Amino acid sequence: MSRRRSLTLAVVLALLAIGIGIALSYAIHWFPAQAATQARNTDRLYHVLVIACIPIFVLVTAVILYSVWQFHMRPGEELKDGPPIHGNTRLEVLWTAFPAALLLGMIAYSFVVLHDNEKKPAREIHVGVTAQQFAWSFQYPPAVTGGAPVESDQLYLPKGESVQFRLHSKDVIHAFWIPAFRLQEDVVPGITVQYRATPDRLGTYPIVCNLLCGIGHSLMRSAVHVIPPAQFQAWIQSRLRAAGQGAGASPSATVAGAPSSTSTAGAASK
Amino acid sequence: MAAKLRAPGFYRAGWMMALGVAFAFFLTWVIRASTGHSTFRHYISGEAITTVSILAVPLLFLVGIGGFDYWFYWAMGRPTRPEDHSGHGARTWKDYFRINTDHKVIGIQYTVTSFFFLLVGGLIAMLMRAELAQPGAQFVDANTFNGLFSVHASLLIFLFVIPVFAGLANFVLPLMIGAPDMAFPRLNALSYWLLPVAGALMLGSFFAPGGAFADGWTAYAPLSTNAPIGQDFFSVGVQFAGASSIMTALNFLVTIITMRAPGMSFFRMPLLVWANFATSLLVVIATPFIAASQFFVLLDRGLGFNFFKAGNGGDVLMYQHVFWFYSHPAVYIMMLPGFGIISEIIAVKSRKPIFGYRMMAFSLLAIVVLGFTVWAHHMFTSGMAAWIRIPMAITTAIIAVPTGIKVFSWLATLWRGVLRLDTPMLFALGFLTTFTLGGISGVMLAMVPFDIHVSSSYFIVAHIHYVLFGGSLMTIFGGVYYWFPKMTGRMFDERLGKMHFWSTFVLFNLTFGPMHILGLQGMPRRVADYASRFADMNLFISIASFGLGLSTLIFLYNIVTSWRGGPVSVANPWRGMTLEWQVSSPPPIFNFDRVPTVVGGPYEYGVPGAVHGIFAPTPAAAGVGSGLARAPSE
Ligand SMILES: [Cu+2]
Ligand SMILES: [Cu+2]
Repeated sequence: MSRRRSLTLAVVLALLAIGIGIALSYAIHWFPAQAATQARNTDRLYHVLVIACIPIFVLVTAVILYSVWQFHMRPGEELKDGPPIHGNTRLEVLWTAFPAALLLGMIAYSFVVLHDNEKKPAREIHVGVTAQQFAWSFQYPPAVTGGAPVESDQLYLPKGESVQFRLHSKDVIHAFWIPAFRLQEDVVPGITVQYRATPDRLGTYPIVCNLLCGIGHSLMRSAVHVIPPAQFQAWIQSRLRAAGQGAGASPSATVAGAPSSTSTAGAASK
Repeated sequence: MAAKLRAPGFYRAGWMMALGVAFAFFLTWVIRASTGHSTFRHYISGEAITTVSILAVPLLFLVGIGGFDYWFYWAMGRPTRPEDHSGHGARTWKDYFRINTDHKVIGIQYTVTSFFFLLVGGLIAMLMRAELAQPGAQFVDANTFNGLFSVHASLLIFLFVIPVFAGLANFVLPLMIGAPDMAFPRLNALSYWLLPVAGALMLGSFFAPGGAFADGWTAYAPLSTNAPIGQDFFSVGVQFAGASSIMTALNFLVTIITMRAPGMSFFRMPLLVWANFATSLLVVIATPFIAASQFFVLLDRGLGFNFFKAGNGGDVLMYQHVFWFYSHPAVYIMMLPGFGIISEIIAVKSRKPIFGYRMMAFSLLAIVVLGFTVWAHHMFTSGMAAWIRIPMAITTAIIAVPTGIKVFSWLATLWRGVLRLDTPMLFALGFLTTFTLGGISGVMLAMVPFDIHVSSSYFIVAHIHYVLFGGSLMTIFGGVYYWFPKMTGRMFDERLGKMHFWSTFVLFNLTFGPMHILGLQGMPRRVADYASRFADMNLFISIASFGLGLSTLIFLYNIVTSWRGGPVSVANPWRGMTLEWQVSSPPPIFNFDRVPTVVGGPYEYGVPGAVHGIFAPTPAAAGVGSGLARAPSE
């Protein structure tokens, strides 16, 4: 086969591999259920990244395989050397500038997603998250309950409402990860870490401690229940009644406008 | 017997170590008695004695083995024994268990010791995968499991990947630049003997009350500052391993700057030398930071300091910043020497000059500089100030550019070459594919929203193993095969080498590939147990990992049998141009019987009549060399 024809064949096969790779990247079930608007943004980012990276990986492997196929030493070439090519400035500029531009483009897009995921909504509720070796507990302040504070060892959230978590640790560092939201932050003793989520799909999803916190780390799990807002009110009321108070709480007080605090989720303040 | 007890060696080390324990006993007794612990039961505290012992005993072991003899003689004003190099070379296997100042002996000591720790670390990994084959507890309890992965990572980072590169470079680097030895041979011997000490400490932690250190190789405070005594074994072990790498790095820097053969200008150095130059810069600048982080932990633990105690004004996140300021550059400490090895193999096996040699050297230096600007990408979800994520994400993406330059240059070197597809080359090509995958997942992790999801998950486990196993270990295997004839004077079995490559390559991908998906699906790392929905994939990974473990046996068998009785190798089996191939295999005791003069680049394959170094008869050589720069400052 002539060099020209084998090269054409290689290019066709590489393009085919890129196509198959991209098709596969849609066929594979990468993620668990999407249960928050942030998850949708992050998953889209992931797919864009994968699609951008597949051609690069295919290019590298294609050059290797083509070289192995076309340029391997044949019998009688034991003493033969290749052509003394020392470099090519245009090529070198190209493979410096093009990846740099691609990387900066990807990073810019990721910042857009980051901004969308963390921007402050018009209304949000606050929920306290407390971690200790090896259990989670969740605090609903009076602004949410309309009565006394409520504590629970499972997380209940109303669907469609933005929530800001305020993370506290009683001992060591933990990480509050909700894979279905694609969100996590470390829970650090001594500081309050915050992040925002907007659950948008009903269901029950795992909460996982994602930072080694000791012997019981692997079992430090809980669950988040995303429920309709009306049901959320009913749950709060039942918790208040169980605590023997709050019978006359006004439902309208359950969602508070966010008091101005740090403007970016994930920000830590002492 | 008395002479044996006084002469440097294991006997003297033995009684000196006993002295170390006695000292620890005495010191804690005196301090506790003087601070008001009046009853005998309070005179001694097992924990305090252990903490002092793990500092004193290793130091006295080093004194006993003879690591400091020369300097002690000098300090006491006694006649020093000038280095007459009579100890060079190893006549029997026993010589490898003594202090030896020959860089070739030290290189082999380093490499073999590191591979011992690879096997131990690998066995620990097999235990972990056995436990993880099914959800629930099977073989070990959670505390032991946490100890297993902590020791696994610590051994493979501090006692395998970092020192094995130092070992290979110890052997070949002085040969490559035409030097008779390293610049500081005694320091070189001492830095080797620090390694077994660090390894013994880390493995010894399994016997400590409360078990081995169990909070990962990252040892985040305040978990580590409240852990059982096993944690001290890590904190101190890291000091010894770190001191070893700093000493070796200084040695490499001085050797490269001052001991190049006539005519060996910086831009005639082989890229392996460049790679170790860059790595050594990283080591001397970065390693003090991890030493500091572990001293802080030690002080918090042992003496009640408050560096990381939030309630007492300590700063928990400070630990992570100091730790990662070393541990991100450490990723390049574990990668750049491998880049050097790959450059050597690909140039020789493609029979072509390295494409873009200068850019290859400059990109190494770019990585050194940029490597210090990205550490907080390990902390995107740590709760640090949010704005730090922006610059760190940008630099993290940009540092992929010099790495990309290297990959593309290797590909261009392959192009139109005459490729020898033997074992070292297969490992080089395998490295290119797996490392590209590790690099791609690394770039994805620079994207903050994506990192927020997968940080600390199994995706990270997959990524780090694609970089350190698919990257570093592939280059190490390639390098060991490539220089095996030079180091031992014998050839390895090519058929077994190919079997080793293919089994490693396939099983590596089957083991670590699926871990990406586990992480995306929500499985955290460092867990002894996991939700049942991850069971199938974990079982698959465990089975593949056992196969991967077994594939190492092919390598071991090949190396051991070939070293003992393989066919004798010629001086230059690969027809390489660099200087180490121009001397016999194994090299003469003093490396070069005639000093080489370097007259051209190291990779002039295909250039008619080109040579890298010439060995003119001694007096005449001066005439050729004098026209070329020898200035160390160049
Ligand atoms: Cu945990
Ligand atoms: Cu890093």
